[in-house]
Amino acid sequence: MAEEKVSRRDFLLYAMGAWAAVGVGGVLYGMYKTWEPLPEVKAQATVTFDISTVQPGEIKVANWRGKPVFILRRTPDMTQCKDRSIKDEYTVVLGICTHLGCIPNWEADKKIWHCPCHGGEYDACGKNIFGPPPRPLDVPPFKIEGNNIVLGEEGPEYKQMKEKGLTA
Amino acid sequence: MKFMDWLDERLAVRQLIKVMLTEYYVPKNINFLWSFGVLVMLVFAILVVSGIFVLMYYKPDANLAFDSVNKTIMMDVEYGWLFRHTHAVGASIMFLVLFVHMARGIYYGSFKAPREIVWITGYILFVLMSATAFTGYLLPWGQMSYWAAQTITTLFEKIPFIGPDLVIWIRGNYIVEDATLTRFFALHVVFLPLLLIVFTAIHLYAVRIPGSNNEDGIELTKEEKKHGKGIPFWPVFMAKEFFVMSVFLIFFFYLVFYQYKFAMDPINFTPANYLQTPTHIYPEWYFLAFYEVLRGFFFSQNLGLIAFVLSMFIAAFLPWLDTSPIKSGKYRPIYKILFWIFIADFVFLTILGKLPPTGLYAWLGFAGSLVFFAFFLALPILSKIEKKKVAGGR
Ligand code: HEM
Ligand code: FES
Repeated sequence: MAEEKVSRRDFLLYAMGAWAAVGVGGVLYGMYKTWEPLPEVKAQATVTFDISTVQPGEIKVANWRGKPVFILRRTPDMTQCKDRSIKDEYTVVLGICTHLGCIPNWEADKKIWHCPCHGGEYDACGKNIFGPPPRPLDVPPFKIEGNNIVLGEEGPEYKQMKEKGLTA
Repeated sequence: MKFMDWLDERLAVRQLIKVMLTEYYVPKNINFLWSFGVLVMLVFAILVVSGIFVLMYYKPDANLAFDSVNKTIMMDVEYGWLFRHTHAVGASIMFLVLFVHMARGIYYGSFKAPREIVWITGYILFVLMSATAFTGYLLPWGQMSYWAAQTITTLFEKIPFIGPDLVIWIRGNYIVEDATLTRFFALHVVFLPLLLIVFTAIHLYAVRIPGSNNEDGIELTKEEKKHGKGIPFWPVFMAKEFFVMSVFLIFFFYLVFYQYKFAMDPINFTPANYLQTPTHIYPEWYFLAFYEVLRGFFFSQNLGLIAFVLSMFIAAFLPWLDTSPIKSGKYRPIYKILFWIFIADFVFLTILGKLPPTGLYAWLGFAGSLVFFAFFLALPILSKIEKKKVAGGR
């Protein structure tokens, strides 16, 4: 009898333990979910930008999901590139340093981006040329529609770049 | 005394007072460095009180936070500036007293058996305090606040596989935004202080079991301490402690009234702007040494990151890195040298952390980072040598 009592108590303990684990798991999951971005943040729509408004040598900043997107219309005296270029003369990159996420500043005299945080540098194509950044500035998902660029949507040009591993 | 009798019958307070205070003995051979534990508690109390008062006007909202601090509290609330300066200076000085408290433990071998739990709970307190300072720094929503949070949360992006999603989860947005501010607020004001209190209680309980270490690192029994080699914690030890506290408070309020600017970065008086990084950003002084280790491996970002995490946590493993039978640095000539090189290196890294990471500075940062780790890696070797010496000497 005594033995049976112990095993019954053990059984109850295990059952209770399992039940408690389910409860704890559920609570943790709920807590985890509360920290996810709110629907209004997730649904932040795509942004359309008319790139013909950018003058040669000029740089404009579009705001996409709260992140700056640099749109640079290159001039011949800047670094040239074929693969990371849009319409042969535009550089469109996320203005977020690939090192630790500061926003690099365009230095018009040197024609490079310089990151204020740890001194990283990128050329006019967004390629990292100095300092801690491990890779070029990312290219955000985009789609070309005439003179407009739609940020946040993957068009054929973007997909091509992505396949070649040039976007991130 | 009737009330005491009444209370004693119900709560056994006399026994409690004996165990915790009047018959808890502190060795005589300790110096003023042993008063820093209580100083840490004092600063913590100051932070809690000043925090409650700034909380009464603070508004955790990305649109309101900056003005609620820089206009309402600083300009409109009577003496609001005093509580803000006290809170900011308190946070800074907290790390100063913590560093001294920890260095004391390292020098005198207080982390060794039987005080490993004291050390580990202490280290957890250091990590919690760092997290509290970090989350609190975002709250004024100035440019420094914002970009410190932006860069440090970005660090998590480098974790394999889950990194990028984890960062969005921590921020509650693609960038540091209102959601980040409100959750940091909750952590800073409720969750982390609560944990700090819990772990302080465990820390103090853990000190009371083996008792305090001493300058010589030779354990004393309770009997020895009761008869000549120690003093009761209350009232004898605390009488001295009150003296130290009052001198400390003069220094502290001198800083609050006349030198508060070191704890209030001028860049942080510009409201947060997520499209413009300030031209030179740097952490508060107490994180600079670790930050310099991050930058020190300037040629590889991943190495820098690993080194950074390691530098924040490696000291927690001291009890297992340094297994020498000799406890106190007083009787360890080589350890003494290593210790002072380590302290000098920490100061050196702190200074470098604020300089631009280019040219010679980059290499100095690298060298300083290596010296930082060399201290910890030398300890197992030194322990072996000292073990042999002790065995041979007997
Ligand atoms: C909120 C933070 C902390 C509080 C309130 C606190 C408080 C105290 C107090 C009151 C004592 C006894 C008095 C003394 O020996 O100074 C003590 C001892 C000690 N603490 Fe802390 N402490 C904190 C953080 C830390 C940290 C971060 C460490 C190191 C990682 C640490 C390591 C130790 C050690 C090793 C002792 C024993 C010292 C000895 O017996 O020689 N503590 N602490
Ligand atoms: S964040 Fe740009 S170089 Fe570090």
